[in-house]
Amino acid sequence: MDAPFAALAETMLRPAPIAAIFWCLAATAAQATPSSSAGLQLLDRLTFGASTTTYAEFERLGFDHWLDQQLRPPASDDLPADAHAEIAALLLSQQSLPDRVRVLDAERRFADALIDPDQRQIARRNYQQQLNNLAKEAATRSLLRDLYSPDQLREVMTWFWLNQFSVHQGKANLRAMVGDYEDAIRAHALGRFRDLVESTLRHPAMLRYLDNAENAVGHLNENYARELMELHTMGVGSGYTQKDVQELARVLTGVGIDLKPEGPRVRPDRAADIVRDGVFEFNPNRHDYGDKTLLGHVIRGRGFAEVEEALDILSRQPATAQRVSQRLAQYFVADDPPPALVAAMAATFRRSDGDIAAVLRTMIRSDAFQASLGKKFKDPLQYALSAVRLAYGDRVILNTGPIQGWLARMGESPYGHETPDGYSLTSEAWDGPGQMALRFEVARQIGTGSAGLFRPLAGGADAPAFPQLQNALYFEALQGAISAQTGVTLSKAVSSGEWNTLFLASPEFMER
Amino acid sequence: MRRRDVLKIAASAPLLVGRAWAAPRTSVRLLVVFLRGGYDAANVVIPVSSDFYYEVRPTIAIARPDPANPAAALPLDADWGLHPALKDSLYPLWHAGQLAFTPFAGTDDMTRSHFETQDTIELGQPVGASRNYGSGFLARLAGAVDAAEPIAFTDQLPLAFHGGGALPNMAIAQVGKPGVDAREAALIEEMYRGAALQSAVSEGFAVRNEVYQTISREMQSANRGAASPKGFELSARRIGTLMRDRFNLAFVDVGGWDTHVNEGGASGYLAGRLSELGRGLCGFADELGPGAWRDTVVVLISEFGRTFRENGDKGADHGHGSVYWLLGGAVRGGRLAGEQVRVSRETLNQDRDYAVLTDYRALMGGLFGRLYGLSAQRLGQVFPGVAGKDLGLV
Repeated sequence: MDAPFAALAETMLRPAPIAAIFWCLAATAAQATPSSSAGLQLLDRLTFGASTTTYAEFERLGFDHWLDQQLRPPASDDLPADAHAEIAALLLSQQSLPDRVRVLDAERRFADALIDPDQRQIARRNYQQQLNNLAKEAATRSLLRDLYSPDQLREVMTWFWLNQFSVHQGKANLRAMVGDYEDAIRAHALGRFRDLVESTLRHPAMLRYLDNAENAVGHLNENYARELMELHTMGVGSGYTQKDVQELARVLTGVGIDLKPEGPRVRPDRAADIVRDGVFEFNPNRHDYGDKTLLGHVIRGRGFAEVEEALDILSRQPATAQRVSQRLAQYFVADDPPPALVAAMAATFRRSDGDIAAVLRTMIRSDAFQASLGKKFKDPLQYALSAVRLAYGDRVILNTGPIQGWLARMGESPYGHETPDGYSLTSEAWDGPGQMALRFEVARQIGTGSAGLFRPLAGGADAPAFPQLQNALYFEALQGAISAQTGVTLSKAVSSGEWNTLFLASPEFMER
Repeated sequence: MRRRDVLKIAASAPLLVGRAWAAPRTSVRLLVVFLRGGYDAANVVIPVSSDFYYEVRPTIAIARPDPANPAAALPLDADWGLHPALKDSLYPLWHAGQLAFTPFAGTDDMTRSHFETQDTIELGQPVGASRNYGSGFLARLAGAVDAAEPIAFTDQLPLAFHGGGALPNMAIAQVGKPGVDAREAALIEEMYRGAALQSAVSEGFAVRNEVYQTISREMQSANRGAASPKGFELSARRIGTLMRDRFNLAFVDVGGWDTHVNEGGASGYLAGRLSELGRGLCGFADELGPGAWRDTVVVLISEFGRTFRENGDKGADHGHGSVYWLLGGAVRGGRLAGEQVRVSRETLNQDRDYAVLTDYRALMGGLFGRLYGLSAQRLGQVFPGVAGKDLGLV
């Protein structure tokens, strides 16, 4: 019996849960494929991978309600208690960003001032270790949310935006700031695009990474201005000029970071222009108060209001609607998404003034989206997380170190992309021979044992664990989607570890 | 079937697959090094005869050559000097006639965008036409050269390698003993039979095995007790070993050149990057050994140069023309090749950066033509619409 036929037979033989999913899909999208794996494929595409729990929840709510909840999640976290406790225990959760960077900055100065070279070296190493630890903690929190948050789409979109507004943890003290930066993005992940951009513009991680903290009148630095247009909003070749880059850089003069508790001293008539929020600061003394012309709009020189005006202009450019829609469709639908779909999404973007959830809804409801299910190659993060979610379900891992290691080897570490363009959204960046060989190594590590995922951070022996891939979800839905060829190979496995390795290495598991 | 076996068959039946019957110089090795981020060419190959340079780079300029000053530029010719961080690594190659520079080199892409311009270079297609992201210039070169054994030493397959079937890539900094054994590898290959990724999967296992075997042999036999190299030098040495024994058309990229802030002068950030790069390239030559080095050409490119004037933060912003490097035993070096203009305010492109007088495709086309004996027609497949410019560099 060939595979699609087997799947169909499976559907007919299993009335209750599968039919429910089939029914709700058929009701909402006429084009949806009536098979046992359709609901699963939707989950795989919109989450970090189907698990027994998410599948059950999806089934309970039906697609419409599930999607509504995903697009408008509650502000609170709603993580399982174990994951919540792990995050609460992190140093990252116990200090605000301004306090943290001020303390660290004082330590750095102290270390640099030490006369004795040995003491200086020890103090500097200690400083660097604290930074490294903070970056690892940020990655831990991010991965735990990705693995266990019921509001999966928010976490997926947080990754997407963090990647669009990418920063690299290796620069300066960014390791102390990336976790907070991710939170700032996460708050707007399904909100208004304009607010999202501003949250990155006002964050010290971005201002440090793209050098705008150094951008001042008479000392123009156009690095951030360029990427704000090229990567964050409009896209290269969309009509702005070198002159526009320079004008935007002038608008952005004085937008920076200040660790000092007190604000700058400015002329009395500009005192009201100061903006301070944590360590973010708009300093009038560093700002170019001349008029600017950006994309044909004259911006009157008047302080931070110029920046707000520039963000309004950039967010409402048709090129921005187009570029954001194109990238979303590349991530969620296909490497080369249908232009009609992108146009429909861009129209929603413009009509809704950049309502991200509305744009996603347009995309998810489209025929092109439904037709693309199961055919998008997973990037390394999606690959590793979907394997862990499937293997351990709700059993919260104690240690994200192994996952961070796999991501580093596969070339997609959190906050690890050196340049501001972020990781590639298309398959050819991830499916080359070198990456496939690495991915199979990771498959083996996940498949053959607990891989250190249950090694307590505080030390001590690993809690006993083994990946349960042949679980209820597998028998209920996954099995039906496996090709005859893969099925034959799986039957040759001589141990459950080898079976797991082969299943995670199969062509079917590479796609979402 | 492994790609290598396909090549062997192809070599015996050229008419069937249409591969080039180029002059068989199978010993030729080519390594393309991409300095990503737009390295500050004007502070590496320094226009020492230009007063304008010293005027507009008040804090980061490298002093004119002066044997008494270790922070001064090293003399190349009357107009140019080399960054002192390369004194012990690459400068000896200049004197040996194995290092050449082509100033005012680059693309006709004026976006000053890293990513756009890197793509332009890696695709090597006419600017302005619609781009085919499935066809990179090194993949096309690999197709045009007989007995090419290509590999990208990168953790992701670079754009330059797209479109050549399953050309291999391999991150070289971390190479560990494979955990998936031969039996499991065969089972995995079985699952991909007939699938789109079949050749990528097979090639991945094959290259993984070879790279691991070569490097583990090397690690056991060589540097007993010697301090092991790190960073780019470690990668470059491994690349040297692999290109001596196994691969002959390679690509690697090195990041960290986007110096908007505090770039430094004779010492500082850029000097540190250069020093590591120079050590790495020497280590590469060292591992190749004198015999293989004689047949080797290394080309260093970058997406653009930087603004000729330093910016307000002791760095420089995105510019245009760059300086490309060629080194190797096969290079006719010790000179600056290609068209030049006197460096002054008047000759700047848009009063901002270096003009491009030598197109990268013309430069590399000319090089490939000589190196591989490629016909104009074959070269036209590598760089459509661009005639190679033969600068006599090999």
